[in-house]
Amino acid sequence: MLYAILCYHDEDFVGSWSKDQDEAVMKKLAVVQEKLTSQGRLGPVARLLPTTAAATLRKEDPPLVLDGPYAETKEQLLGFYIVDCKNLDDALDVARDLGAANPGGAYEVRPVGVFRPGGIPA
Amino acid sequence: MSETDTAWIETALTSARPQAVGALLRYFRDLDTAEEAFQNACLRALKTWPQNGPPRDPAAWLIMVGRNVAIDEVRRTRKQQPLPEDDQAISDLDDAEGALADRLDGSHYRDDILRLMFICCHPQLPATQQIALALRIVSGLTVKQIARAFLVSDAAMEQRITRAKAKVAEAGTPFETPGAVERSERLAGVAAMIYLIFNEGYSASGDTAELRKPLCEEAIRLARLLLRLFQSEPEIMGLTALILLQHARSAARFAADGSLILLDDQDRTLWNGTMIAEGLALIDKAMRHRRSGPYQIQAAIAALHARASTPDETDWTQIDLLYGALELVQPSPVVTLNRAVAVSKVRGPQAALDLIEPLAPKLANYFHFYGVRGAFLMQLGRNDEARIAFDRAIALANTSAEAAHIRMHIDRLIRDSQPKGANGGARQGAKAK
Repeated sequence: MLYAILCYHDEDFVGSWSKDQDEAVMKKLAVVQEKLTSQGRLGPVARLLPTTAAATLRKEDPPLVLDGPYAETKEQLLGFYIVDCKNLDDALDVARDLGAANPGGAYEVRPVGVFRPGGIPA
Repeated sequence: MSETDTAWIETALTSARPQAVGALLRYFRDLDTAEEAFQNACLRALKTWPQNGPPRDPAAWLIMVGRNVAIDEVRRTRKQQPLPEDDQAISDLDDAEGALADRLDGSHYRDDILRLMFICCHPQLPATQQIALALRIVSGLTVKQIARAFLVSDAAMEQRITRAKAKVAEAGTPFETPGAVERSERLAGVAAMIYLIFNEGYSASGDTAELRKPLCEEAIRLARLLLRLFQSEPEIMGLTALILLQHARSAARFAADGSLILLDDQDRTLWNGTMIAEGLALIDKAMRHRRSGPYQIQAAIAALHARASTPDETDWTQIDLLYGALELVQPSPVVTLNRAVAVSKVRGPQAALDLIEPLAPKLANYFHFYGVRGAFLMQLGRNDEARIAFDRAIALANTSAEAAHIRMHIDRLIRDSQPKGANGGARQGAKAK
């Protein structure tokens, strides 16, 4: 069974890290990631850009694009995609196609800052 | 408590600061009291957080404790003074904070932070005082840190901040929740102040760049904060994108000797890719609103530079159009001067020179005018006139880096004017363009 581990933190707090603090955290995380990699257990790792860079596509008809991250407590995170897109419009087109196939709910389109593909065999 | 623990608590205090000081200011209606209440709450946090762990909502904890400490203080000093509203001071903070903090009304935060920022960019304050006050009150930088970033003495900075505070108190500030129109006016003022802070750091020369970098980083932090509060304001997206895209180049802007490296000559692999990605994502989002404004246009220009992996790939035609749009919404001779650079790339140096000639009376004391003019004249082979323009630029240079940069042009002119074949100088000079 594969498990997704989703990272949560207060954005104001993380955004107030100094460069040194940020690097210190990333270094410690790298040690854990390294261990998992050597065991062949680590899949993709992504660090997302701030929520302010996000747009949300509500899958209504027609789909509605909103600024900011997805925030709706009565719905749950059910899965995610990583897609290579030229720009936001391109990414929203992909989200629209997905939304047409799978009605209801929303897709948050959030640019990825750091991406490592990982080594789990497909 | 280890040194690292303290560092993390300080980060938590910094990030909670705008919200907490903003709320305390709404409560006490006085900058000094609010600031002092926050300081006292921070001292308590440093004492109790390492033992009890950080509270679930640090900002709410700090507001509650700050309020109570200040009210206790009032009680102690003036026994007869009635307490504001019906709040009660709590002596047993450790037990009471959790439940009380949860009851704080989070919906006020947005206006609190905006009001706090707005007070700092009070229109009656000169720009330098606005920036200093914002860095002190909103960001919580020490007077010493601010003084160092501004390259003035501690005493001078202390005086500047004290004066600013006095002027704010004197002018009186409305504390009621701003209406929609006023809020958008305030927002524009706050955006301008954040951009001023950024520029204060960004305009540093090579030898002071490292020292003033914290100003740029703080401006980015504040812009992101403002954008979190107003997620659908395209101009705030534009502002944030603009400063991210500019700051992304900081590692490539100066040579080892402190001299300025022009955009065309920068090592683009040194640009910060993550910051560029964030900036591009934000400007993409802003453009979808179809409500362009000066920050968005400038960010769009910066984005076109950022998207080009080599200078040759730069879309100068598009940049020329964007500067044209900027001239419409924010006409200024400096904007036209910047546009001329794009024009020279698209339509050649003569067209660019024709564009800037009428600006001469207005920009008679502007360093960049003569630098740019000299460059165009040089490209047209009018070397004697170019030399005169460059000499004038050196006389007007604000920093040694600016002067050094112009001297480099003059050296190139001298090389070019030597007879062909002499050390191959002419060919080299032509290639360097």
